[in-house]
Amino acid sequence: MPDLSFLLAQSLSGLTAAMFLFLIASGLSLIFGVLRVLNFAHGSFYMLGAYLAFQFVLWGGTGPGRFWWAVLGAALTIAIVGGLVERLLLRHLYGKDELYQLLFTYGLVLVASDAAKKAWGTQQLSLSRPPGLTGSSRVFGTMLPHYNLFILLLGPTIALGLWLLLNRTRAGRVIRAAALDREMLGALGVNVSWLYTGVFMLGSFLGGLGGALVTPVRAIVPGMDVEIIVEAFIVVVIGGLGSFWGTFLGALIYGQVLAFGILIVPAFSIFSVFALMAVVLIVRPWGLLGQPLGT
Amino acid sequence: MLEVRDVRKAFAGFQAVGGVTLVVPPRSICATIGPNGAGKTTFFNLITGHLRPDSGTVLLKGRDITGLPPHEICRLGVARSFQRTNIFPRLTVFQNVQAAFLAHHRLALNLYSRVDRFYREETAAILTSIGLVEKAHEVSGFLSHGGQKQLELGIALASEPELLLLDEPTAGMSATETHETIALIERITRDRGLTLLFTEHDMEVVFAIAQKITVLHQGHVIAEGSPAEVRADPAVKRVYLGERVP
Amino acid sequence: MAARRRLARVPWGLLVAVAALFVPAIGSRFYTFVATDIAIMALFAVSLNLLLGYGGLVSFGHAAYFGIGAYACGILMKVHAVPFSVALPAAGLLAAAFAALFGFFCVRLTKIYFAMLTLAFAQIVWAVSFKWNSVTGGEQGMSDVPYPDLSGLAWVPGLAGYRTSDHFYVLTVVVVAACLWILRRVVRSPFGRLLTTIRENPERTEFIGVDVRRHELIAFVIAGLFAGIAGGLFGIFNRGVFPDFAYWPKSSDVLIMTILGGMGSFYGPAIGALILIILNQEITSYTEYWPFVLGILLITLLFLFPGGVVGALGGLVRRLERTRRA
Repeated sequence: MPDLSFLLAQSLSGLTAAMFLFLIASGLSLIFGVLRVLNFAHGSFYMLGAYLAFQFVLWGGTGPGRFWWAVLGAALTIAIVGGLVERLLLRHLYGKDELYQLLFTYGLVLVASDAAKKAWGTQQLSLSRPPGLTGSSRVFGTMLPHYNLFILLLGPTIALGLWLLLNRTRAGRVIRAAALDREMLGALGVNVSWLYTGVFMLGSFLGGLGGALVTPVRAIVPGMDVEIIVEAFIVVVIGGLGSFWGTFLGALIYGQVLAFGILIVPAFSIFSVFALMAVVLIVRPWGLLGQPLGT
Repeated sequence: MLEVRDVRKAFAGFQAVGGVTLVVPPRSICATIGPNGAGKTTFFNLITGHLRPDSGTVLLKGRDITGLPPHEICRLGVARSFQRTNIFPRLTVFQNVQAAFLAHHRLALNLYSRVDRFYREETAAILTSIGLVEKAHEVSGFLSHGGQKQLELGIALASEPELLLLDEPTAGMSATETHETIALIERITRDRGLTLLFTEHDMEVVFAIAQKITVLHQGHVIAEGSPAEVRADPAVKRVYLGERVP
Repeated sequence: MAARRRLARVPWGLLVAVAALFVPAIGSRFYTFVATDIAIMALFAVSLNLLLGYGGLVSFGHAAYFGIGAYACGILMKVHAVPFSVALPAAGLLAAAFAALFGFFCVRLTKIYFAMLTLAFAQIVWAVSFKWNSVTGGEQGMSDVPYPDLSGLAWVPGLAGYRTSDHFYVLTVVVVAACLWILRRVVRSPFGRLLTTIRENPERTEFIGVDVRRHELIAFVIAGLFAGIAGGLFGIFNRGVFPDFAYWPKSSDVLIMTILGGMGSFYGPAIGALILIILNQEITSYTEYWPFVLGILLITLLFLFPGGVVGALGGLVRRLERTRRA
């Protein structure tokens, strides 16, 4: 019987991973829900968020808050990039077959990943934890880094914030309405075009934020874009495409599966992720909280 | 020909169709009418297998077809048109109708013959009868709305049905187009000895050719009978308050 | 107009195939090498187009069947000394069997779900070939896949002077031409026509009496079969089979070839394969940032030439005809 504190440690690490994933997946889910576009380049935004955070820290010299400014700056930059991409390019593909939109975002992945390689090389990069969150504490018999604790608290906070935005503000109502019936919305006088840009920027912001925040915990390396987009997609599918809490739930479940799966089946990681996705798509494509297809 | 017994269908708590019973005698022309949201299209979808009824049965010529997949129901001699125009836009008019022949004669699994030489005369015959033969080689997506609706009729006929289900066949048409289309439908139905069940919004159309009318309202049958009976029915008048009932 | 009809009756495919047979006569090993690559990829891309262009089914995981075919053929020939004439069809059949298995689940979904499930299956194939060291050689892959016994070809007049790799090229051209001929027949058959109606309007197709899922599954299996044959050929050409044959960039490469050449025509993807491979050769000699160029190319295509090269040329021809008539 494995040590209880060991199990707890695993579970906590699964939770931390889940919170990161939720942050990123929520952006993906939001963009898909409103624009009906599965943005493959969301993973690239995540990766670029990480690289930019690194770069901003480098430029920021020394100073107590430089990590946080860098994170914020990276996320905002990504939001702007996302806005430009949507406004200048993606917009023209809306009327066309979904295939074109998918391929476009895939083309962006290719461009972004090579651009990142050119700018930052192929070496692994990382950032140290920000001052104030460098320590760790004993929690339930295991050492929990403070930064992880921060993430564990940030996740639900952002979830709540997003939920409030979507359900308690006018902007949020408009966004939710757009997810249901965009034509009607246009007829009601809402500037659907700018709404789309706004949603895309918000989604990209979340992706970039996730990438920037993950830098003290994971290495910044080429290939992180592909890795994350698959995981984000799985999370969204498990929870149900278009369901907000579904994405949160999906992230939680996936985090635990990831944490414990590796223990059960050693060759787990590369195989399981896709097997899990396949199983979900076969058995229950609309996920836990989504709407059954065809209604 | 067609017998629907007490079918029900609910969507997430909303009862779209609640216990509708309907009998369509062979070679008759029947119509289901009702205001928007009465459940007419849902009802059609339940008959043609696009939706599975929560309860109730659908019988075609005495045979239970409840819950069968659409392609099987089609093979049993039912053809249908859809509310939204449903053609194959990038194929030509000829190819649209020919495709229905190919499917009907079970050629779907023929992987080696040249498709162009199949059913040319039969397709031409159908195109002539619906008046689209000069446009045979035009891309169907470029036809006018009325033309596309005619083509839909042609596709339905190519399946050589006994029962024809038309969902709002004159939707979006001008008065002239409507008259022409209705005349066409009636002529074809008579010439081929078909049974016709259709839904419509346009009351003139319905009263012009239907022999039996079933009125739906909020998923229930509120009246049924000949045009004269329905016209005089007080329940119908109530439901259509504000609408012209000629 | 009459001239165009006369042009259409010329058996272009056959002419190109025969002309292709003369490439080794140029004498350069490099040209033969590139031509073999193009021929194999052309088959791979055209097989995908059965799903994409004709069926409207977006598969992000077509490389799975390519990989399975490559491993099957390589393992049969290297480990079990099975002759090529048996190993290649067997590879195709095994790929088709997996296509049937995976496809069964995939065709129950639509659009984005379909695409992601095809990707998931492809990645599973990749993961299995990556890890199953005993059978597939794992991460290192399988090297030294033998050439088939081509001594018989020395009988054919004119071929006696060629090298082994040239013999293999000739064999490849013959196999690819035969496969393309079969695919062309399928596309022009009632099955093929009804596949296009599924693309245009699956709901309507169902209600003219077609079992849409079964139809799509059959298309999926055929596409998988020919992808497997392409894979088998490629394994030999490459003198080795590696896990990345099934890795997702391979699927996206072939997807890009198909779109570049033009999904709307039968030979479009083959032309796309030709252009992409030559472009790759040219560009990778200058810079290592091929993915970047590929990405820009893809994006440009999507915005400016959605019909691919063939589509653009077709549009150009039509415009010229109109100005001539005017």
